Amino acid sequence: MIRILLPLIGLALLTVLPNYISDYGLGLLIGAATYVTLASAWALFSGQTHYISLATVAFYGTGAYTVAVLNEALPYPAVLACAALIGGAMALVVGLSTLRLQGVYFVIFSFGLAELTRQLITWYEVNVTGTLGRYIFLDITTRQIYWQMLALGAATLALTAWINRSRLGLALRVIGDDETVAAHSGINLARTKLIAFVLSAMILTLAGAITSPRYVYVEPAIVFNPTVSFLTVIMALLGGANRLWGPALGAVPLFLAFEYLSSNFPDTYPIFLGLLFIGVVFLVPNGLLAKLETLTARKAPQTKEART
Amino acid sequence: MTGISRRAALRALSFGVTSTLALTAGMALAEGDTVKIGYAVARTGPSATGAGITTIPNYELWVDSVNKAGGLTLPDGSKKMIEVVEYDNRSANQDLVRAIERLASQDKVDLILPPWGTGANLAIAPLMAKFGYPQLAVTAVTDKAPEFAARWDRSFWMLGGGHDYAKGLVDVLAAARDAGTINGKVAVVSVADGFGIDLINGARPAFEEAGFELVYDKTYPLGTSDFAALMSEAQGSGADSFVAFSYPPGSFGMTKTAQSMGYNPKVFYISVGGAFPIYPGVADGKAEGVMAIGGVNADSPAIQDYFARHTEFTGKAPDSWASAITYASLEMLEQAVERVGLDHAALAAELSGGTFETVIGEVKLEDNQLRDLWWVGQWQGGAFRAVNPGDKDGASAPVIPKPEW
Repeated sequence: MIRILLPLIGLALLTVLPNYISDYGLGLLIGAATYVTLASAWALFSGQTHYISLATVAFYGTGAYTVAVLNEALPYPAVLACAALIGGAMALVVGLSTLRLQGVYFVIFSFGLAELTRQLITWYEVNVTGTLGRYIFLDITTRQIYWQMLALGAATLALTAWINRSRLGLALRVIGDDETVAAHSGINLARTKLIAFVLSAMILTLAGAITSPRYVYVEPAIVFNPTVSFLTVIMALLGGANRLWGPALGAVPLFLAFEYLSSNFPDTYPIFLGLLFIGVVFLVPNGLLAKLETLTARKAPQTKEART
Repeated sequence: MTGISRRAALRALSFGVTSTLALTAGMALAEGDTVKIGYAVARTGPSATGAGITTIPNYELWVDSVNKAGGLTLPDGSKKMIEVVEYDNRSANQDLVRAIERLASQDKVDLILPPWGTGANLAIAPLMAKFGYPQLAVTAVTDKAPEFAARWDRSFWMLGGGHDYAKGLVDVLAAARDAGTINGKVAVVSVADGFGIDLINGARPAFEEAGFELVYDKTYPLGTSDFAALMSEAQGSGADSFVAFSYPPGSFGMTKTAQSMGYNPKVFYISVGGAFPIYPGVADGKAEGVMAIGGVNADSPAIQDYFARHTEFTGKAPDSWASAITYASLEMLEQAVERVGLDHAALAAELSGGTFETVIGEVKLEDNQLRDLWWVGQWQGGAFRAVNPGDKDGASAPVIPKPEW
């Protein structure tokens, strides 16, 4: 019971928080909520299956672009629905053709996907519509963006929790451990991976769509910024990609750390960033949550000994 | 009792310290008798080159000159030193937007200076309007400037639109054709990016209207580094004029390619990068006659003085397009503060209606836009001189045909 109640109380607190903080505080909350959503959605597919995807920004950018193209033609909820559908359809097509790739081949492909999407949109805009750079003039306040992102983040966590308990989650974990064994146990590899990939992509696309009204101007070079993909991966890995709360736990402190570094050390910040990445990989390869568990596990037997 | 190892504790400690620092970082310094000016510019990422050449050196130079003179003068004659609050926007709009919110609501700065780039200036425009800050958007080339100025009435757009530059170039070429110096054929290449598309969309109808024939018209993707095929096709097209709506890497690459293949069109025009102080070096000392976007009145004492001060302060000369205008926008701000103080509404009204004495001459905005600009410049005798609009005070006569490389 408490496992459901605590997150709900937390969510309620986060919902009313904008009433008590400055605009900058709200900006920070949006940023943190966005990265929690991105990292959790990324882990929904990659955390369990161990398929490291660098395609996050391909979907995120597609979401922003969908809003830019459709915001004058359709009502806002319909635009969001279109964004999710486009992201899902894209993931379906891509997933069908590429989820057979494994290991480093999949990583390289997923990285290329963002570039491919960017170039396709550029080509289309240059040769067909003859404009590049679109404007988003929507009457959406910063608070509304925050609440939408919060809702999406909560939905992502709820979905992940549900999947983890379902047959789908079990199948994904087996695939992550050993794909051959999974196939022999009668798991439909292609279908399982595809479902998770499409769900994850839909959330990533929606996240991009929700934040886009904050930037007014959209251009392929701006929305397909590969840093977003890298940050998402490193955040999820820091917290622990195969746990429910791991990505969220990695995203919040890293996001705040980046914010602190970039404002206080604007010139040297990329160096800190690189060191931080190395630190994460060397010190907490399985994520903070796993680390905490090993620490408490080491402590537990001792207390037992002390009692006897 | 070895429950938690020292290593683990150290790790936890450093982690905790980072988070705490992050949370307390925003705490303002002690309120002094200063004017706080904030900006969030690209120190890292793709926009860092542009910001590093045009925007940041001018901000630093201006703050330095003002503070050396005792500070900003206020209407009552008192002077206040400038205190700068600077953030890196990492060339990402999400970070930029947050930095502006931080400057406005956390640091509560008195004035905010804009970032580099069209997209960045548009991204912050709604926020600047919301917080009421005047926005002197210099490095934003957009044909929609009139629309934006109407939408955000405290925004000022100071670099014109793609159509303006395209039309200026067509004027120069049409005059040369009517004089019989060049033929009526033009070869155009443009970069597939917001800027290149804006210019080519303005140029196509303008060339057609002036009776030119676009015998070659190709776009190339951003990031292209091999221009040999493009250039040899342009060379074979029979056009006397070669026009590139390009970004610095492309502008430089095409110059080198044209030199190595011996392509000598009578007019060689490139866009961004052509007015950079490093261009003559890129062109191997043979920049004479090359045309490019922008330009300055190289004979004006104010400009010469500005170039000298810029070179002394930053160690390099400014570019001859947006740099002087950036500096002029800061001088406008300085003079407006002296006349009406730091109240944002009064400042915006003064910037919109006032007349200012700057390095680019006397400036008066029209509908919140600077329209009195140079559209085309040319390297002549080692300086990048403005040649169009030709009737503007300080214009040099274009040299066509360009001497061979």
